[in-house]
Amino acid sequence: MRLSYPADVKIIQVPCTGRVDILHLLNAIEDGADGVYVAGCLEGECHYIEGNLKAKRKVAYVKKTLTEIGIEPERVQMYNLSSAQGARFAEIANEVVSKIRALGPSPIKSSHAA
Amino acid sequence: MIVADRKSLQEILAMVEDNKKILIAGCKGCVTVCNAGGLKEVEILASAIKIARKKQGSHIDIDIEVLERQCDNEYVAGISEKVGNYDAVISLACGVGPQFLSEMYPDQTFYPGVNTTFFGGATQHGVWEERCAGCGTCAIHHFSGLCPIARCAKSLMNGPCGGSSQGICEVNKDTICIWDLIVRKKMESGKLADLMGVKGVRNWKTSRHGGPRRSIREELVQGNI
Repeated sequence: MRLSYPADVKIIQVPCTGRVDILHLLNAIEDGADGVYVAGCLEGECHYIEGNLKAKRKVAYVKKTLTEIGIEPERVQMYNLSSAQGARFAEIANEVVSKIRALGPSPIKSSHAA
Repeated sequence: MIVADRKSLQEILAMVEDNKKILIAGCKGCVTVCNAGGLKEVEILASAIKIARKKQGSHIDIDIEVLERQCDNEYVAGISEKVGNYDAVISLACGVGPQFLSEMYPDQTFYPGVNTTFFGGATQHGVWEERCAGCGTCAIHHFSGLCPIARCAKSLMNGPCGGSSQGICEVNKDTICIWDLIVRKKMESGKLADLMGVKGVRNWKTSRHGGPRRSIREELVQGNI
C-alpha cells in the first residue's frame, strides 16, 4: 500500500492489546511521552475474546489518573481497527499526532529526554 | 477480608509534598485481594506520584516494597535495614499496617494510603460488600446465616423496623433490608417460629463498646503447640 504515517509514532508490538498494562501507559507518560495510544482489534473481534475490551478499561483508568494529576486525559487514547485496515492505521496515526501537537508537549520533563 | 479503598491521589500527594525520597509499602494480604494495596496498586501509585511531581518540576525518588503481611511483626521487621533511608513511608495496608510499622519504627513517618472500610467480600468483580461487624459474639446461625449486626443499618436483633419497604432499607435504596431477607428465609424453611422467642439483652462489651479488644491464646503464648 505504501501508506505513510508520521515518524513521531513509535510502535510497540504486543500479541494482543489485552497484554497492555496500566503501568505501560503510565510509564510512557512518566518517561516523557507526549501521548500514547492503543490500537486494538475491532470490538467483538478479539481473537482472545476480550483483550481489546480490557485494554479499553485500562485506558479509561489511566485517563482518570491523568485527570487527577492535572494532565490532559486526551494524551492517552484507545482506537479499534482490524489488521486489514492499513489505510485506517495511517489515518489514526495522523489523527493522534495532530491531536497531540494541538495539546503541545507533555508537561512532564523526562529524565531520559535530551 | 478487610476491604479498603485507596485514598485520592490529591490527598496522598499532599501528605508527601515535602518529601524527596519515599517508600511505598504494600501488603500481600487483604488489600491485595481487594485491589487496593498489592504490588500492582503500589506500582501504579508510585508511577502516578512520579508523574505528578515531574509535572510540578520537582523530583521524587520512590522505592516499593510489598510485605507478606503488615499485621505481623516478623514481616514488618523485614524492612528494618532500609526503612531509615526514606523521608516517609506510605503504607497501602489496612489501618493495622501503618500502626504496626509506626510501633516498630518510631522515628519514621508512616502515611496511610488507603481508607480501611469494612470486613466483607466481593459480590462481583469490583464490588465488595460488608458482611461482618466484628462484634465478638457471632450469632448468624440464629438468623438463617445472615448477620443483622453488620447488615442492618440499626443492627437490630428483632426486625424488620418500619423503615423497611419492599425489601429495601430506608437508609439507602441500594441496601437490602436484611431483616426482610431473614424473615423470608425463615418462612421458606418453615422455621419462622425461631424468630418468635424473646432474646436476652445482648452484651455489647465484646464489640467496640467494651473498648479496644485483645485476643490471647495461652497455648500459643506458651509456644507449646
